[in-house]
Amino acid sequence: MGIRPRSGEEAVVVRDLRVRRGGTPVFEGLDVAIPRGRITGLLGPSGCGKTTLMRAIVGVQKIDGGSVTVFGEPAGGVSLRRRVAYDTQAASVYGDLTVRQNLSYFARLIGAPRGDVDRVIEQVGLRPQAGQTVASLSGGQENRVSLAVAMLGSPELIVLDEPTVGLDPVLRAELWAVFRALAATGVTLVISSHVMDEALRCDRLLLMRAGRLVADTTPAALLADTGESDPDAAFLALIERGTAG
Amino acid sequence: MNGIRTFATAGRVLRQLSHDPRSIALMLVAPSMLVGLFAWLFSDQDGVFDTFGGPILALFPFVVMFLITSITTLRERRSGTLERLMTTPLGKADFIVGYALAFGLMAMLQAVITVAFAVLVCRLDVEGPLWQLGLVAVVDALLGTALGLLASAFARTEFQAVQFMPVLVFPQIILGGLFMPRDRMPDVLHAISDWLPLSHAIDAVAAVSAGDEGWDVARPLLIVTAFAVGSLVLASLTLRRRTP
Repeated sequence: MGIRPRSGEEAVVVRDLRVRRGGTPVFEGLDVAIPRGRITGLLGPSGCGKTTLMRAIVGVQKIDGGSVTVFGEPAGGVSLRRRVAYDTQAASVYGDLTVRQNLSYFARLIGAPRGDVDRVIEQVGLRPQAGQTVASLSGGQENRVSLAVAMLGSPELIVLDEPTVGLDPVLRAELWAVFRALAATGVTLVISSHVMDEALRCDRLLLMRAGRLVADTTPAALLADTGESDPDAAFLALIERGTAG
Repeated sequence: MNGIRTFATAGRVLRQLSHDPRSIALMLVAPSMLVGLFAWLFSDQDGVFDTFGGPILALFPFVVMFLITSITTLRERRSGTLERLMTTPLGKADFIVGYALAFGLMAMLQAVITVAFAVLVCRLDVEGPLWQLGLVAVVDALLGTALGLLASAFARTEFQAVQFMPVLVFPQIILGGLFMPRDRMPDVLHAISDWLPLSHAIDAVAAVSAGDEGWDVARPLLIVTAFAVGSLVLASLTLRRRTP
């Protein structure tokens, strides 16, 4: 669709979010805002709450308090289910179906046009494997099928949990080009990663650690602020600063 | 409920099955083999198979469909695909009814094959019309499907799902009237058996085999159907969009 966002408009607003998982608190009052039409990177070590935040945004996480609003509506609401797409960290597609059968099923659920299946197969570079069952693919290819599902239809917010894990650098660059093209049409993307060099490809960065937001910044500001040249070192510098102060 | 999404789900489940010929064979052929084994076992004793053949016909489709449905649905709940489905416009009832339709179709095929095998090959003597026996077998298999869907909600692993067999299924077999007519059971057990759906399933088959008509056949059949529908409703209530 591609409605250009008005500047300053937020796609996602998280207020005072409190979540407990398995008895231990993950968030104790988290506040986050995610801008529209941008690629926002969610970075931080494993276990810092990236996935829980993403699940809260798409409305499948049980929350204990606070609010999550997406495009002005409560997260997970009926009208949002066509506008928000989500790709879980482990590939969530059917191993015993072919690539095309998987995509056709999800396309029918969200009412995507027929041609969409071929478009997304092309976008994730799986045309030669389209007739193969997902179980016969490699791990990286399986992840790409799962990613392709999230690109069906015309979602306005795409939430991707570590979509580029295990992919070779060429493919990773190609996928980032696709993400960038989507953002250019006004789609909001939230992409988590623990690979810090991917941080530099985002418009905005949310750095998380132990359920808290360590920084809400941009790649350029992160590097300038810390005086480091690579994002890994910059992240460490931020954490040291946080524990010192 | 939405027709397109329900049928899309049913079609997807059947397509998954079509990639798994072994499960199809298990569903379609296994009950006939067990009926055949039973007929062979009593081949030297006149009339025994005619007495027990009917109830056995109610039993095997029920058990096979229970197992297959509970494990398949559990796989969906565990693999992350259910979580993803819950972020799409797919309704909970669409999901459950989609599964019930797909496995219901398999149950129908299974019933036709098993009844045909029992009557044509094993020479099962049935007083009532054959289509009624087929109908009872289909409803029983649907009951297995519905209970399987429900059981999958309470299991965390495939291992636990299989454990429901001795808890949910075996007592129903023992108290169902197969080993002892229900009216000769101790009062407490008789009362309990009245509340077990399989008892009524076996009653229905027995009624058709004996050539009973009208309410004698319709009553147990309606009770089994009510149990099946009730289980489906409960199963869709156990689905949660938000999970911890």
